[in-house]
Amino acid sequence: MKKLILTTAALALSAGMATAASHATTVRLGTEGAYPPYNYIDDNGEVAGFERELGDKLCELAELTCEWVTNDWDSIIPNLVSGNYDVIIAGMSITDERDQVIDFTQNYLPPATSAYMAMSDDVDLDSGVISAQTATIQAGYIAESGATLVEFATPDETIAAVKNGEADAVFADKDYLVPYVAESGGDLMFVGPDVPLGGGVGLGLRESDTELKGKLDAAIQVLKDDGSLNEMIVKWFGPDALTY
Amino acid sequence: MFSYCTDPQTLEGLAWMACYLTTGKHLLFYGSFFVVIGLMFVTVPCALAMGFAGALASRSQIAPLRWIGKSYSALVRGVPDIAFFLFVPLALDQGLEWLRLKIKCPDWDQPIRQGNDFVVCAAAKLPLSSAPQWQHEVYGIVLAIAAFSFVFGAFAAFVLSGAMNAVPRAQLETAEAYGMTRRQTTWRILVPQMWVYALPGLSNLWMILIKATPLLFILGVEDIVYWARELGGHKTGAYDYPHGDWRLWYFLALLVFYLSLTRVSEVILGRLSRRLSRGQATMAGEEMRRAA
Repeated sequence: MKKLILTTAALALSAGMATAASHATTVRLGTEGAYPPYNYIDDNGEVAGFERELGDKLCELAELTCEWVTNDWDSIIPNLVSGNYDVIIAGMSITDERDQVIDFTQNYLPPATSAYMAMSDDVDLDSGVISAQTATIQAGYIAESGATLVEFATPDETIAAVKNGEADAVFADKDYLVPYVAESGGDLMFVGPDVPLGGGVGLGLRESDTELKGKLDAAIQVLKDDGSLNEMIVKWFGPDALTY
Repeated sequence: MFSYCTDPQTLEGLAWMACYLTTGKHLLFYGSFFVVIGLMFVTVPCALAMGFAGALASRSQIAPLRWIGKSYSALVRGVPDIAFFLFVPLALDQGLEWLRLKIKCPDWDQPIRQGNDFVVCAAAKLPLSSAPQWQHEVYGIVLAIAAFSFVFGAFAAFVLSGAMNAVPRAQLETAEAYGMTRRQTTWRILVPQMWVYALPGLSNLWMILIKATPLLFILGVEDIVYWARELGGHKTGAYDYPHGDWRLWYFLALLVFYLSLTRVSEVILGRLSRRLSRGQATMAGEEMRRAA
């Protein structure tokens, strides 16, 4: 069966180029739009980033017409469940807690390393004040680590908290923090060890949407097999990023 | 916007600023100011209508109608606003989709609640998932207006029924003495006179409504607060116009906007109050009569 889906998807790839305009079903993709380089709103007000490119590619492979929607991270799962959009594509790591509420496709990014970023290298990561975004695996990790957790609704605010001294360090996906460290001119730095968390990043779907899940799973597999997913990861996250 | 904006990295100073402030994203930000103002102008008549109906119902001689009117304003005033702002759009959306399900897909046999999911057939979706994004946005704004009208209508109902009680009893008795029916008394004597008593309360509500518009963001409408936060945040090299944390400046702009909106409202409401006091048996009305 899986082979069959694969072949169909592969066929769709070759045919997709010609019939790109005549897709039948519309799928609404929900993203946060505040998490560069995963997803962000570019200066034209459009969704951009790694997941924009990936999502458009997956839709093309699966013969779907896709519409991009942005939604607050906090309410991104409730709004999927109530049907405001059909897919979450927002750098969401696959975890057991989330899997009880929604379904995930196979991962399209390997399990992410999370890292601490601070203004100086002598901060106490075990008992200090650490900022993280609400309802992320990083926030869950800090809550159990014994450090004091301060949560913020957007990733940008977690970094602002470190800069204005509210938090000693921020704990987030390393890929998200890299540009901030690189562009800070030495003010911001990684401290402590990298922490591998979660089961990779996948697309989130309603549990009742098994057909769509099958299509997207197959499309991801096609991209993994022909190596184009790896190229995309390197393009957006740099040559050091984990690939398949 | 300008011809020299094609390569932002080469720009400096004023030219950079001019290009930065006219990016597509900033134009969306400017547009959202009109969304907020438009929302208020649509919400006010709707909320007033709800309030008026509520106030009339709570004075009705028919007991069930009176109970509905009274419990509407008591319930909404007693429960935190935000609960209703989250509940009303969700309930309306699911209620409408359920109704459409009954009409459009009569042979649908699956349960509409499957675990956490609310599932209806594709044809019953509102708006259809194939509809363009602007329809989804308009639908979201309409739901937001419904929520605002529902909540502010309850406060308006309380203000208006208070105003109705404040109309001097002698006026109503005179109307009855002339042989007017209860309905005639209400529409010809009570309603025209109550506005001057209602105005202080209603203007207060208007001010609260102005301040409550950032709640739009909770309802998924991209309002000025959303864009200020999004645009002001630290921007790395992934963006065309990288900059540090500029939220302070964006929120200062919002402060100016809200304060000027309040000031304009005060001026207009002041004039309205003078106009309504003319010829009224109130202190302000009496003063105007003497001055004339």
